[in-house]
Amino acid sequence: MVAYITIGVFLLVLGLFLWVFPESSILDYGYAALDSLFGTAPYLFMFLIPAITMRSLAEERKEGTFELLATRPLTDWQIILGKYLACLVLVLFALLPTLVYYYSVHTLGNPQGNIDTGAVIGSYIGLFLLGGAFVAIGIFASAITNNQIIAFTVAVFLSFFAFSGLGSLSSLLSFQNYALQDFGINEHYQSISRGVLDTRDLFYFLSFISIFLMMTKIILGGRKW
Amino acid sequence: MSIQVQALTKIYGTQKAVDGISFTAQPGKVLGFLGPNGAGKSTTMKILTCFIPQTSGQASVCGFDVVTQPLQVTQHIGYLPESNPQYLDMYVKESLMFIANIHRLHNPAKRIAEVIEQTGLGPEQHKQIGQLSKGYRQRVGLAQAIIHDPQVLILDEPTSGLDPNQLVGIRQLIRELGRTKTIILSTHIMQEVEAVCDQVIVINKGKIVADDSLTGLMGQNQNKSLEDIFIQLTNAIIG
Repeated sequence: MVAYITIGVFLLVLGLFLWVFPESSILDYGYAALDSLFGTAPYLFMFLIPAITMRSLAEERKEGTFELLATRPLTDWQIILGKYLACLVLVLFALLPTLVYYYSVHTLGNPQGNIDTGAVIGSYIGLFLLGGAFVAIGIFASAITNNQIIAFTVAVFLSFFAFSGLGSLSSLLSFQNYALQDFGINEHYQSISRGVLDTRDLFYFLSFISIFLMMTKIILGGRKW
Repeated sequence: MSIQVQALTKIYGTQKAVDGISFTAQPGKVLGFLGPNGAGKSTTMKILTCFIPQTSGQASVCGFDVVTQPLQVTQHIGYLPESNPQYLDMYVKESLMFIANIHRLHNPAKRIAEVIEQTGLGPEQHKQIGQLSKGYRQRVGLAQAIIHDPQVLILDEPTSGLDPNQLVGIRQLIRELGRTKTIILSTHIMQEVEAVCDQVIVINKGKIVADDSLTGLMGQNQNKSLEDIFIQLTNAIIG
């Protein structure tokens, strides 16, 4: 139920930004490109993915159903990856309908089909990896508390900080020597969006996801509740 | 021995919930786990089912250690937790299918029909768990505990919330299961102990104060009801 509403809101807001609101509308922009889709989506994901993930472990703990799972022949990794993949599939379902926008822009282009398909494919891969990173953050946030609201708030903050916070910090004078922006998601997201799938960016996202899932495992393994 | 517990201790912060207990349980017997609230019954059960790790000591189920071989232990155990947590928006059969799939049963539909029959869930089997009364939810929990036909059953207050008619049925089921399996059950109802248990362990403040067969315990304390024996054992310091 939460998932359907979240996906619905995601598509509604994205549709408004892309086709209705003049500042970001593709029609007013005048170029056959999906830049505003890939510019807006990360900020929507920042709020909507935590809404999907906040329940996953926090509610299991609060309702005691975690005991039901933990006393069955399942490893902690199976439980965590099950939750992770379930949320990731929802993110994928939220992205699929936006392919329609690609078709629209493709058709509206002058001449028809005048759109950089390579860049769009790259951007979709980037957006999916970004979603994967946010889901990992969300699962982790859901593991540290049994309160869904806290899980949501922490996940939004961590997602924001990882996406653009590190890049912004790096422009502070005293941090300029540390290349902080290389640790931020935005840097790697932009890099993939250009249509070049660099293994370094792929490696970055996979390690980012692994680190958060490993921290989740450590917290669940402790059973300190 | 299907359950072996040796000098098991669990410390929460500064409080000793379980204090160096040792006992064994054998197949074909129902072991009653008695004691006042907070005596350490549930904690012991949670350690045996690999939910929480002990502070020290050993526990093994069917020869598998609960710390080093949790997957084998949980395969051989059916566990009904005290709070009977359930996914309330699942349907009865859906939740049983979920558990059956975790255990990778070969013919889950047939086995689900069997446990629904055994636990008397028949009339309510098409409902959502959230719509069920407490007694029927308890049966769902019991059905989940026995669905993979485990050798060991650990039931934490299995009959709480049942009406007298349901009580009789469930106790009979526990007795039947107890002929071939090892069962540990905790309860506060003394008639239940007399009705289903073969062996009794009384635990107080984390320590075992009595471990005997039901007839042995009654024999030692002649002319006393089980209730009086319980009060005498667990209230000894005050009395």
